[in-house]
Amino acid sequence: MQAFFRKPKKFVTLTSKEQRVDVPVGLMTKCPKCTLIQYTKQLEANLRVCTCGYHHPLTAAERFRQLFDAGSVELFELPEVKIDPLSFKDYPEKLRGDEARTGLREAIVCGVGKVNGYPLVACVMDARFRMGSMGAAVGTAIAEAVRYATKNGLPVTIFSASGGARMQEGMVSLMQMAKTSLFLKQHAEAGLLYISCMTHPTTGGVSASFAMLGDVNIAEPGALIGFAGRRIIEQTIREKLPEDFQTAEFLLKTGQLDEVVSRRDLKNYYTRLLRIHGEGTNHATI
Amino acid sequence: MQPFDQPVIALREKILELHEMADRQGLDFKEELNLLEERLRRLERDIYGNMKAWNRVQLARHPERPTTLDYIREMCEDFMEMHGDRHGYDDAAIVGGVALFNGRPVTIIGHQRGKDTKENIRRNFGMPHPEGYRKALRLMQQAEKFNRPVITFIDTKGAYPGRAAEERGQSEAIARNLFEMAGLRVPVISIVIGEGGSGGALGIGVCDRLLMLENSTYSVISPEGAAALLWKDAGLAERAAESMRITAPDLVNLGIADGIIPEVVGGAHLDVSLQADKLKTVIAQELEELVRLTPEDLILQRTEKYHQIGT
Ligand SMILES: [Zn+2]
Repeated sequence: MQAFFRKPKKFVTLTSKEQRVDVPVGLMTKCPKCTLIQYTKQLEANLRVCTCGYHHPLTAAERFRQLFDAGSVELFELPEVKIDPLSFKDYPEKLRGDEARTGLREAIVCGVGKVNGYPLVACVMDARFRMGSMGAAVGTAIAEAVRYATKNGLPVTIFSASGGARMQEGMVSLMQMAKTSLFLKQHAEAGLLYISCMTHPTTGGVSASFAMLGDVNIAEPGALIGFAGRRIIEQTIREKLPEDFQTAEFLLKTGQLDEVVSRRDLKNYYTRLLRIHGEGTNHATI
Repeated sequence: MQPFDQPVIALREKILELHEMADRQGLDFKEELNLLEERLRRLERDIYGNMKAWNRVQLARHPERPTTLDYIREMCEDFMEMHGDRHGYDDAAIVGGVALFNGRPVTIIGHQRGKDTKENIRRNFGMPHPEGYRKALRLMQQAEKFNRPVITFIDTKGAYPGRAAEERGQSEAIARNLFEMAGLRVPVISIVIGEGGSGGALGIGVCDRLLMLENSTYSVISPEGAAALLWKDAGLAERAAESMRITAPDLVNLGIADGIIPEVVGGAHLDVSLQADKLKTVIAQELEELVRLTPEDLILQRTEKYHQIGT
């Protein structure tokens, strides 16, 4: 392995035997789709999109950096919630573990900033924390951010990346689906724009609530999006599902998305949408 | 597997037999019967007074447990079922229509299981496709137009996990219902009558009052599913039923359910009419309170109801 890092090569492809060796976090990143290994810095310069088109997952911080104008973002405090409503065995320890590992307090970061000058409230899920599952913290953070947007007449976007409900919060978790949808309804009734961007993965209770409720629903290429898991469906209907089942492209084909947008075009896509919807900005300067 | 209340069931049958024998032969078994009935009451107290979550799961899944249509027939003076989503499909796993409830026009919607294999196949075991949710939404919006309260009965293992359901937007259909129910300008009362399974249950369950039958359950995932997911062993379902907090008392404690409707001793299936009476009394009380609210106050309270969950 050491040899690769000394070679001043841009891209390195590993043989199949070497693929099993973990690439150190930080310096190099391996693409799970085409197995290409490249310098992380290089990948970041390309918005973490591989040359093969694979979209590597983003942290919430990276998402804010990629979409918003430098220096424009103000992050919201996470609202206070009950940490362990069911007193579920080992759950608080798991939360503390993820917090230590990711530096995040929960699976979401919310804030307000500007996209090429257009103000926008954003809720960004981070799948590194409890696989992005939605508990009271995620649900309430979205509710509060959307409420802020409604109060201030601002458009809102949610980047979802979630396996669905947070099992250890049981029914409290399920009810966050209702909570988030309720505040989005009030935002919609105020005539304000909501852009939902689904990233890999957006499934279960998250896909069946706020993720599908955008005025505009888009997704990143290749993202897995669906209500039920592939394995459960295959067991239920006793047939093999097509390869592209529940991918962003599949959802576009079946009429469930407005567009699949590459990360390279995303900021531009948002800018055009925000301009057309004319929210809270000086049109004359655009 | 024997039901947990097998001793009660056996004793009930024995008492019934003795009654019949007494009638047939004109004999007097009064003393024996009194003793047995006393023993039955003690046994019922022991067994039903210490119900574990898993026992309630079994009652909630009882094949003879009353369904949405059973309660509608018992509770309403007139019920006219309305079919179809107006986009090509009528999902029999969700039924709905208009009815008179204590003389008041209401819209009633509920998941519908079958009582036998044939009906279960027709109704897809009460597991809706997107079209079921869209039919429900159509009826709810109609209720709003005519200023009728909405009553929904929750009774499903979950939305159907199928290929066609995904292709036609299961996620979107459920999400849309949550969104639109949040803003309905008429009262909504939801009652969990059997199993409430996850998003497929919530898809007709955003409401002003959530009531649960004493032995109903409401969960984010089935106990078997939770056990498989959390401990890689579906056999631990009994333990999962306890730790997931899915019973009516659990959900009241969590601030999610607003009330528990007592069940007939031994389960709702033992006396549908009596159970429907109990249900009707509570719904009528809640409805009286809710119809007095302005739409603005209704939505304000609904917002607070959901906002506080988990905070
Ligand atoms: Zn690649």
